[in-house]
Amino acid sequence: MIEVCNLTRRFGNNYAVDDVSFTIKEGEIVGLLGPNGAGKSTTMNMITGYLSPTSGKVLVDGVDVFEEPQATKKQIGFLPEQPPLYMDMTVWEYLSFVHDLKNCEFNKKEHLAEIMGLVKITEVKDKLIKNLSKGFKQRVGIAGTLIGNPKIIILDEPTVGLSPEQVIEFRSLVRSLGKKHTVILSTHILGEVQAICGRILVMNQGKIIADQPTASFKQTIGQNNRFQVKIAGPQKEVQNLLRSIHSVRSVSCDGQRDVDAYTYIIEYSGSVEIRKMLFNELAKKGWPILAMEDVSVTLEDVFVQLIKKAEESPEFKANKKQGGDNK
Amino acid sequence: MIAIYKKEMRTYFTTPLGYVFLAVSLFVSAFAFALTTYYSSDPTSNTTSYFTIMIFLMAIFLPILTMRSFSEERRTKTDQLLFTSPISIASLVIGKFLSALSMFLIYVAFSLINLIPLYANVAQNASQPNLALIVGNLMALILVGACFIAIGIFASTLTENSAVAMVITIGILIGLLFIYFINLLIDVPVLETIFEWLSIYGRFSSFTYGVFDIASLIYYLSLTGLFLFLSERVFQVRRLG
Repeated sequence: MIEVCNLTRRFGNNYAVDDVSFTIKEGEIVGLLGPNGAGKSTTMNMITGYLSPTSGKVLVDGVDVFEEPQATKKQIGFLPEQPPLYMDMTVWEYLSFVHDLKNCEFNKKEHLAEIMGLVKITEVKDKLIKNLSKGFKQRVGIAGTLIGNPKIIILDEPTVGLSPEQVIEFRSLVRSLGKKHTVILSTHILGEVQAICGRILVMNQGKIIADQPTASFKQTIGQNNRFQVKIAGPQKEVQNLLRSIHSVRSVSCDGQRDVDAYTYIIEYSGSVEIRKMLFNELAKKGWPILAMEDVSVTLEDVFVQLIKKAEESPEFKANKKQGGDNK
Repeated sequence: MIAIYKKEMRTYFTTPLGYVFLAVSLFVSAFAFALTTYYSSDPTSNTTSYFTIMIFLMAIFLPILTMRSFSEERRTKTDQLLFTSPISIASLVIGKFLSALSMFLIYVAFSLINLIPLYANVAQNASQPNLALIVGNLMALILVGACFIAIGIFASTLTENSAVAMVITIGILIGLLFIYFINLLIDVPVLETIFEWLSIYGRFSSFTYGVFDIASLIYYLSLTGLFLFLSERVFQVRRLG
């Protein structure tokens, strides 16, 4: 459906997107994950034809986006980071303008009514867009991308600024869209891609550093097992005891005292269940556990892991060596 | 193109922009008309000086119409919608141009009211108003207006600030108009020829004598085309970065 081949985009001397390649099959929901400035938006802008690549190409159904922009643009519905809305139009006027702009062959009234029902904006259709809440504006933006029934829907950071319940609603909307369309969405929230997408592409500094199905992605990042535990007892001795437990890799304590208890973050390796062991050891000493919880994996952790992995790969080492030789 | 045209026309009439343009330019042109014909020191039915003044006034009023054209789209990021829709950049530019031109034509149509007293008062007038002269002047005004609009649209592609776009437009227009007067002062044949070619006002003067000049017609049309083409190029170049 979408083929991205060695896509590169340079702004001055800065490579915003650096030799990125991937393919997306029909019906996939793909999440583009990465911190701000990773090149997600730039990549999306190139797929939609808003920006031209410095080198490389994008094919939609085998057709080059830059050679036949009009044919490919018809296949793509794009919601940029900031929804492209005309604030002094009503919702209906806006959607009808987009309908005309895209030169859509569907019956306007029926098509727009269907889309407005789908994203639940029928009740505000005669309101001016500038008077709508952020969540509604976002939905109007999505409605605009759906006009003309494009095969591909590209959403750039679609949940930024939405309230938690709107986010949940939005996710179910995207999942339902995924049944009929190919969806690409970008985000910097790890939980979001895990909740919606079947496949995750991780970008950092203009490069793709991971491309995996969501299921195996969880395993990759799941290896870093950590939990946080609050123990009442003398800090130094507790820490030593924790360290002595088999398969504990590191113990850190922020030193913040709560009456006589401290909070420790324990990182352990492998799949050994150490919590029971921990409980028994601490019970022997008479140091009660006051609280215990998993530390959720953050995007930063994922990056540390992935970048470490990339650096360990033979390919990277070879590159590095080559670079050194050149100097 | 039609979608863009309709949207632009709608914007002109749902925001103060279109009304401000029509009201101010009609008021000023009525004033200018009165002062140059009935109330001039030597009352006349000759409209040439009126049209000459209008050319200079349009260099200030037409930028009001075009200043927001593309700069506003860029500021509000709606350009992302336009440029990712399956229509060509050229048709976007032409759609915007035609809508501004329509507004200008609406103005020209209303400004014809000024001429009514000229005919009504024929009895008191020493001379019959010269229809050929009026038609020639009107045509020239429309041609020059189209040119100004194209330049204004070009300026609005350069910046996302509509005030800056307006200043740039007025700058270019005043420059192109005043070349004529600079040309009267210099005495270098080569420069004179170049300036003569560039001078929008110089070309206009032949129409004011009631002479239909094919060369001038082509000149104005090509200048309009050139700036529309440049506008389209700006987006192509910006896309490439």
